[in-house]
Amino acid sequence: MEKNFLYEWFSKRIPLKNMIEFGKKKTVPVHKYSVWYYFGGICLFLFVVQVLTGIMLLLYYRPTAESAFESVQFIVTQVKFGWLVRSIHSWAANILIAASFIHMFSVYLMKSYRPPREMTWLTGFFLLLIFLAFGFSGYLLPWNELAFFATQVGTNMAGAIPLVGGYIKTFLRGGEEVTGATLIRFFGFHVAVLPGITTVLLAIHIYLVQVHGMSAPIGIEKNKIKEEPFFPNFILKDMVGWSLVLTLLVFLSVFFPWEIGVKADPFASAPVGIKPEWYFMFMFITLKFIPGKVLFFEGEVLGIFGFIFAGIIWMLLPFFDKKAAQEKRSTFFTLIGVFVILYISVITIVGYMLPGK
Amino acid sequence: MVINKIKYFLIFFISFFLIFINPILPQKKDSCVDCHSQLERNLSLPVKEMEADIHRERGFSCFTCHGGDPALDDESSMDEKKGFLGKLNKKKILSLCSGCHSNPDFMKKFNPSLRVDQAELYASSQHGKLLASDDDKVAVCSDCHKPHGILPSNNPKSSIFPVNVPETCGICHSNSKYMEEYKIPVDQLDTFRKSVHGVALFEKRDLGAPACNDCHGNHGSTPPQVTSVANVCRQCHGSAGELFSESPHKKAFDEMGLSECEACHGNHEISKPTDEMLGTGEGAVCVKCHEVNSRGYNVAFKMKQSIDELKNKERKAKEILRKAEKAGVEVGEAIFSLNDVNTSITKARNLIHGLDMTRIEETIKDGSAIADKAYKDGEKAIEEASFRRKGLGVSLIFIILFIVSLLYKIRQIEKRKIQRGK
Repeated sequence: MEKNFLYEWFSKRIPLKNMIEFGKKKTVPVHKYSVWYYFGGICLFLFVVQVLTGIMLLLYYRPTAESAFESVQFIVTQVKFGWLVRSIHSWAANILIAASFIHMFSVYLMKSYRPPREMTWLTGFFLLLIFLAFGFSGYLLPWNELAFFATQVGTNMAGAIPLVGGYIKTFLRGGEEVTGATLIRFFGFHVAVLPGITTVLLAIHIYLVQVHGMSAPIGIEKNKIKEEPFFPNFILKDMVGWSLVLTLLVFLSVFFPWEIGVKADPFASAPVGIKPEWYFMFMFITLKFIPGKVLFFEGEVLGIFGFIFAGIIWMLLPFFDKKAAQEKRSTFFTLIGVFVILYISVITIVGYMLPGK
Repeated sequence: MVINKIKYFLIFFISFFLIFINPILPQKKDSCVDCHSQLERNLSLPVKEMEADIHRERGFSCFTCHGGDPALDDESSMDEKKGFLGKLNKKKILSLCSGCHSNPDFMKKFNPSLRVDQAELYASSQHGKLLASDDDKVAVCSDCHKPHGILPSNNPKSSIFPVNVPETCGICHSNSKYMEEYKIPVDQLDTFRKSVHGVALFEKRDLGAPACNDCHGNHGSTPPQVTSVANVCRQCHGSAGELFSESPHKKAFDEMGLSECEACHGNHEISKPTDEMLGTGEGAVCVKCHEVNSRGYNVAFKMKQSIDELKNKERKAKEILRKAEKAGVEVGEAIFSLNDVNTSITKARNLIHGLDMTRIEETIKDGSAIADKAYKDGEKAIEEASFRRKGLGVSLIFIILFIVSLLYKIRQIEKRKIQRGK
């Protein structure tokens, strides 16, 4: 009785009926590559984990150079289950970026970006960039030695861009050097600016997925494809995936809790062999391997421009892939994807194999 | 009006002369440099060395010390009538150097902060005394300060730069043949190299580490006597010295005629002090004087035992904290607190010089309390690690149950669908 009353009350105010009808009709294609569909859901689940654990950390974290490190130390040692919340937040951040990469490459190789889903691809691409920015800004917040110098290196790279580089660097650092001002700025980006942008992009991304449904790979005829209901079949399977990810997060947090490190000392010299987070490694190593001078250009500047250019091309690839748009196999674009995956994987491995000097 | 014009003209003319004309006028002639730079190696070397010499930089040249007339081209420039002194003997060198360096009015013009008592100090030194008794082998100014290439003492190439001082002294003092008649050891440089001070100076390039002159003095160098060795060490090790002076050892050492610090630590070959030097074991210096079961012997044993106990507690705390750290529990603060335990150990080691068991035990007690707390923190952290693992186990059971029920539900739904299809 009460349920009906509530249903009636809400359905008069929001299009509840339409939504339920939509949910009942919504189906998901079933084929041998269906497993890759779950990575979108995993990304969403991890983002929710990040929001929840982030809010919990916010209750104790203090974003100043004088007390940031100590507040993280307090969270980890004194706050009940603070160690678990902090470790889950750090591990989930890394797994979220890894899952986002997997999601992006699986979408790319299945050519799910083809019309009318170009906008879904674009919002997804920007979401990945935002997640990387989350990683970069969040890394500094514990104000430890490694984070301090990694931020110095990262912001220096931005500073190498001709003309605007200096302004970008000063804007990011909140001054000439990495100081407490940088920390407060990064904190602002991490808890206000980036979550705001993410919410908008994520809402558009999910809305578009609902509008267009999930794309079946090229070569599977539409009328022959098997489908299963989104509610409850697919969502239940999604939940199995989330539970497995949760298990992994808790396991990693108990056996490999995220370290606090040593408090940052701006007057200390940089530790030997400082390396960025794994997701920036391929860019870092590439820039390292480019000679100091290439023709008339600074090697580093050329590398940064190369990455910006490659990123823009990658973002716009759906618009170039005319064959996929006609439901035809586009081997050239598949090869590009395979090359990018191999390049990132190999260079990242090389980065970790290089001696720390 | 006319006077003003003349004044301005004169100012202009003099300025013009100073700025443009002076550099192109022929420079003062210096035949010493002109000739010697072309002579064979031994005779041209002084000219070459003088290039970086501090005296040359201040405008002095050969004739300032050696006399003669550098304005003349031929051998008449080296005529005794022109004040030529030739090669100077040691006494002459001393009087020549002190002629300027002991004159405060003269030295103020060049380096007002430089001391002017070197000659006075030298006269009081062993070197000075021997020179006064006509020993011409002893070192004078030019033996330590390269005569033709004197560099400021803060120049790393200078013969008196801290790191170079031992080698400079060693030129004579490590030469067994040269030192034969003085009947003093010649192994000081070799033994010093191995010492804690030598390692700091030569290997770590620690300019604060003592070189020969820091203990023996430089211009007034003398071997410190038994009574003064301790004062030499106290220059840096003031606290240990003060404690020793208050201890019963002071009186006993004085009566026995033992030099204080040196009796246990040695002199040139002072090795890094270890805890093995304390107590009654092998390598302990206490047993050199204290007989078995004597009061001193027992105190030495007790002091060593107290320090060993604290070290043991520190080690155990460190071990358990490392274990907890490996298990993933944050114990950074407890590990950091062990620095205070280390400070207590160091403090106790120093207090040993005072032989005051009450003070030593108080310090050990303070350190023990911190070490005990750190150990307890370690135990708690291990318990926490175990709790986390158990918690993980329990939560895994729930998650697995949840997954199984989800899979069961999915299977049920799919079964129903197949049945409906049939």
